[in-house]
Amino acid sequence: MLLAQVIVGGLLLGAIYALFSSGLTLIWGMMNFINFAHGEFVMLGMYVALLVVVWLGGGPATFGFAAAFALFVLGVIVYASLIRHVMRGPMLAQILSTFGLALLLRYTAFWIFSANFVSLPQVSLSGTLNVGGILMPVPQLVAGVAAIALTLGLHLLLTRTTVGSQLLAVAEDRNAAMLMGIRPDRMQALAWGLAAGSAGIAGALMAVSYPWSPSVGETFGLTAFVVVTLGGFGSVPGAMYAGLIIGLIQALSAYWLGPIYKDIVVYALFAALLWLRPQGLMGKA
Amino acid sequence: MTELRVSHLKVHYGDLIGVSDVSLRVEAGSIVALLGSNGSGKTTTLNAIAGLVQPSGGSIEWRGETITRQPAYAIVAKGLALSPEGWRLFVSQTVEQNLRLGAAVLADKSRMAALFERVYAMFPRLTERRHQLAGTLSGGERQMLALGRALMSEPRLLMLDEPSLGLAPGVVEALYETLDRLHKEGLTLLLAEQSIPLALDIADYAYVLQTGRTVLEGKGADLEKNEQVQEIYLGIATQPGAGDTPRPT
Ligand SMILES: Nc1ncnc2c1ncn2[C@@H]1O[C@H](COP(=O)(O)OP(=O)(O)O)[C@@H](O)[C@H]1O
Ligand SMILES: [Mg+2]
Repeated sequence: MLLAQVIVGGLLLGAIYALFSSGLTLIWGMMNFINFAHGEFVMLGMYVALLVVVWLGGGPATFGFAAAFALFVLGVIVYASLIRHVMRGPMLAQILSTFGLALLLRYTAFWIFSANFVSLPQVSLSGTLNVGGILMPVPQLVAGVAAIALTLGLHLLLTRTTVGSQLLAVAEDRNAAMLMGIRPDRMQALAWGLAAGSAGIAGALMAVSYPWSPSVGETFGLTAFVVVTLGGFGSVPGAMYAGLIIGLIQALSAYWLGPIYKDIVVYALFAALLWLRPQGLMGKA
Repeated sequence: MTELRVSHLKVHYGDLIGVSDVSLRVEAGSIVALLGSNGSGKTTTLNAIAGLVQPSGGSIEWRGETITRQPAYAIVAKGLALSPEGWRLFVSQTVEQNLRLGAAVLADKSRMAALFERVYAMFPRLTERRHQLAGTLSGGERQMLALGRALMSEPRLLMLDEPSLGLAPGVVEALYETLDRLHKEGLTLLLAEQSIPLALDIADYAYVLQTGRTVLEGKGADLEKNEQVQEIYLGIATQPGAGDTPRPT
């Protein structure tokens, strides 16, 4: 029974990995661009949740939406003020720009919030659900289910709506999309908004159950990178499966080997995967 | 009335020259052919008109307005559409999604249903395959989709860049019949092709490009009879013979 509980816990955390990783993979699919500041978007989402709870009160729906909205706006601003310009520059400038952004966001957070760990004050979610003997903390359960629903929602937005189709058209053939009258810069700004917004809401969902400090962005950024590589660059469904798998592997290795091994196991498997299948598990060869 | 006027167009690709001096006019309701061998500058000319490449000299006028350096998304919104070389379909999206993307500039979205109906009536094959990915279509079906997608924006003038490229002869004939029908329904066409006979058959007026310049122009029927066209165009010298002499530009 304990093992089943570990598995469920891993999947619920993995669902949040899936959500913020789908943002990273969207940007890659859209413009072959790796955003090294993606983990910092997640971290900022956590602080937005904290500020909203402290200042305005309200439940997970309120601070989740606030984090999504705030980070959506930040994503659009980052695209318009930074990314749009460096995209025309050399590869090194593209890489360094988001590295720089990551540092800027991280140290701004240190400056404002200090390096201390914080956690959300007790929110309306609490308690434990007993499903056939498996104990599930309600906050994790709600966050995990919401994360999967949002990831699927992002996938449906991309594949089933007109705006999603236009976004993917720009990703597939920028010039042909322009011939249709689509403005690539607008679609890319939207992609950055969606990517940062999903990172932000993932952060808010994570904040429900875990304490954090400004440096968590680094870990999440790395996790997202592992998930995206595993799922195949540019694939939202791939990121979803891979997120769940990584969450599961972490939980199982923490259970069997001890908590300090959970990241080591993930990165070791990741290195082995890169060596055997550089295109990722679900990526095309 | 002159719909489109290109004057002394010049396009550079870095240090390389795409076209050095292209001038042409398209009258409302006509079919104009842009002929020339591979590398003569047809694609560059059409892409410059459509706004995909920036001219380094000359001017492009559309219905009295200078559109020389406007971006492609603004130009198609004015009713000047290009179906690009190689069709450039969105192969990872469905037939229906491709058509809908073609209608992205429609100001009046309520026209959408009627436009879908028109395209599906014109190409029943596309109706059968509407939920299939564009990447799974045959060459002929891809051509239909490219044409249908371009028509979804309800253009006044449609530019087609080598629409017959890589198609089986029977399919090309069907394509030209469709173009003829569209023309009779009032569409103005600017058609870039390498294969002269079909293009000249259908065209009211034609321009011949050679190494980035318009070197010859005339009525379609006149050019068809002219051996100079064969010479310039195919690079084969022919016997001097009868036929009207189109004026060199
Ligand atoms: N993207 C490009 N970069 C550099 N040169 C190009 C490019 N596209 C076309 N050219 C050059 O411009 C000239 C005209 O080419 P193009 O317009 O494609 O001719 P056509 O369509 O008639 O075959 C050719 O010399 C070609 O090599
Ligand atoms: Mg060409």
